[in-house]
Amino acid sequence: MNFAADFAGILLGGLAAGTVLFIVSVGLSVTMGLMGFVNLAHGAFAMFGGYLIVLAMNRAHFGFATAIALGFVGTAALSVLLERTLYRRLYRAGELDQVLFTIGLIFIFIAAIVIVVGPESQTLQLPPALSGQLNLGLVSYRTYSIFLIVVGFLIALGIWLTFERTRIGGQIRATVDNRRMAESLGIDVDRLFTITFAFGSGMAGIGGGLGAEFLGLDPQYPLKYLVYFLIVVSVGGLGSVIGVYYASLLLGVLDFVLTLYLPKGGTIFIYAITILILLARPQGLFGRKES
Amino acid sequence: MSVAASSGDAASVAAASENSAALMLMRRHRFRWWEALPWIAGIALYLAFPDYLGFGCDLLVTILFALSLDLALGYAGIITLGHAAFFGAGAYTVGMLASYNLWTEPITSLLMAAAVAAAIGFLSGLVLLRTTGLTFLMLTICTMALLEQAANMAYPYTGGFDGLPSLPIAPVFGIFEFNPLYANTQYLFALGVLFVCFVFVRILVYSPFGQSLTGIRENVLRMHAIGSPVRRRLIVCYSISAALAGIAGGLWAQTTAYVNLSALGLDRAATVLIVLILGGYGRLYGAFVGAVVYLALEHFLAQIYPTAWQLGLGLLLVLIALFARNGILGLGETLWRRYVARRGAS
Repeated sequence: MNFAADFAGILLGGLAAGTVLFIVSVGLSVTMGLMGFVNLAHGAFAMFGGYLIVLAMNRAHFGFATAIALGFVGTAALSVLLERTLYRRLYRAGELDQVLFTIGLIFIFIAAIVIVVGPESQTLQLPPALSGQLNLGLVSYRTYSIFLIVVGFLIALGIWLTFERTRIGGQIRATVDNRRMAESLGIDVDRLFTITFAFGSGMAGIGGGLGAEFLGLDPQYPLKYLVYFLIVVSVGGLGSVIGVYYASLLLGVLDFVLTLYLPKGGTIFIYAITILILLARPQGLFGRKES
Repeated sequence: MSVAASSGDAASVAAASENSAALMLMRRHRFRWWEALPWIAGIALYLAFPDYLGFGCDLLVTILFALSLDLALGYAGIITLGHAAFFGAGAYTVGMLASYNLWTEPITSLLMAAAVAAAIGFLSGLVLLRTTGLTFLMLTICTMALLEQAANMAYPYTGGFDGLPSLPIAPVFGIFEFNPLYANTQYLFALGVLFVCFVFVRILVYSPFGQSLTGIRENVLRMHAIGSPVRRRLIVCYSISAALAGIAGGLWAQTTAYVNLSALGLDRAATVLIVLILGGYGRLYGAFVGAVVYLALEHFLAQIYPTAWQLGLGLLLVLIALFARNGILGLGETLWRRYVARRGAS
């Protein structure tokens, strides 16, 4: 193995892990930007979707694509149910109550998964088309990682286009910038929030399933990666899709490199960089100035 | 802020006695009979349940830690998820001094733990308290994680993940030895430390300084407008809170005779937040009630069936957040008021 191949391998591995982080966190960024709701339980939706996908494939023998679709729809449906019945009551509450409520939800999800499925970690069975190696000329690399990177890019592009070019995207941007003004202009913020919450949770569910390979999938998932989701969202800037995308890829590559070369405490650099970025730009790299 | 409380001349007292609100303000810092109950319970536990003193030490440390958080979060409204940073700083100060036989005297060790934690609190507060909301929350988590990873990286000195076991602790006042099997001395020592710290916090929150903290929590803009040095007050409060958390951490290291990375983890920071909110924040005794309820439930439920404990805790947190915004004490207060109102009406 020469240096270039090593380098490409590390870069691709990091980018794939970062892509997973992006798919999971993008919904959190938008919903937090919209409502200012500190939803620590976002990772729990990712875990729920991940379990749906993995169990659908391993136990019910669904196809890969069908299982992913099921994961998206199932997680989105659950999130709408919870949003309508519980989250809604806490929009006007303080941050502290929101933190407490969502930590409580995490515990309930964890306990429910342990009771229903069991405490052991789950593995994703890849379809044969994605499980081999792909020759990229210079290096050959796992097809699945390349697939993830491409899919993640397409998702980022799709969401970005939706934000920039469609009516609902414009409404979301307006609400993130100034919620009161958006409400006075007749934008139905509640409905907008429900839609984005459902979509974001569905994406998280997909991310949980697709990323089982990189982040693992066990009942402790929502707590284990909570800090990473929050870092990505706050460094990228609330409500900024591009910001979350860049922050996720950066964090993915950094984490991959550091755990490889400095397994004991190497992640210290991730926290140091996060602190420096947030001190220099409290609103995140791509966030708008706080109003 | 506390005009009615501090000016004691006859005219103002006479004027205040006609006004029930002023009367309440005058009396709010006075000692009430039920405030002796926690301490009576603490001594009763010592006499009645000698087998549970290890658990009792855990309880006292948690109360002190939650009390330190209450000062920052409940009184000054600084919402942090990284308070274990100071707990861990204190624990490692005591632990490393003892482990290398540099300093094992318990009381001065705790003072050093407080000093180290306060220094970290002051330096981080100086920088971090410029931000608010989610950014501040993230920065506190990252600062704590930074310390945790630093302790992990310095494993030749800190023992890394395994920590420093069997710390030697000198006898209290040179007489009372810490017995690793029976936690008698540890328990009484912890109770004494908690009492001293509690009296300090109680005086602090009823002082003009404490009142200005409450003012900052309730309305920052107005405090700026009346010329209160908001940022300086917040930094001082954050440092004091950090010092108390450091004492709690040092006490934890002394009573358990070991330190490990769990002292600095997000788990610990989240747990103390849960304990405080469960009991009720911004009201001194919330830390006591929350710690007793949380640890008792954990101790007895988690042993039987850990998953049920997690499920129960989750449901409890959701219910508290939805229906009892001010924790158990807040709920009790509401019910008590309702009862009094009904009795007055009938």
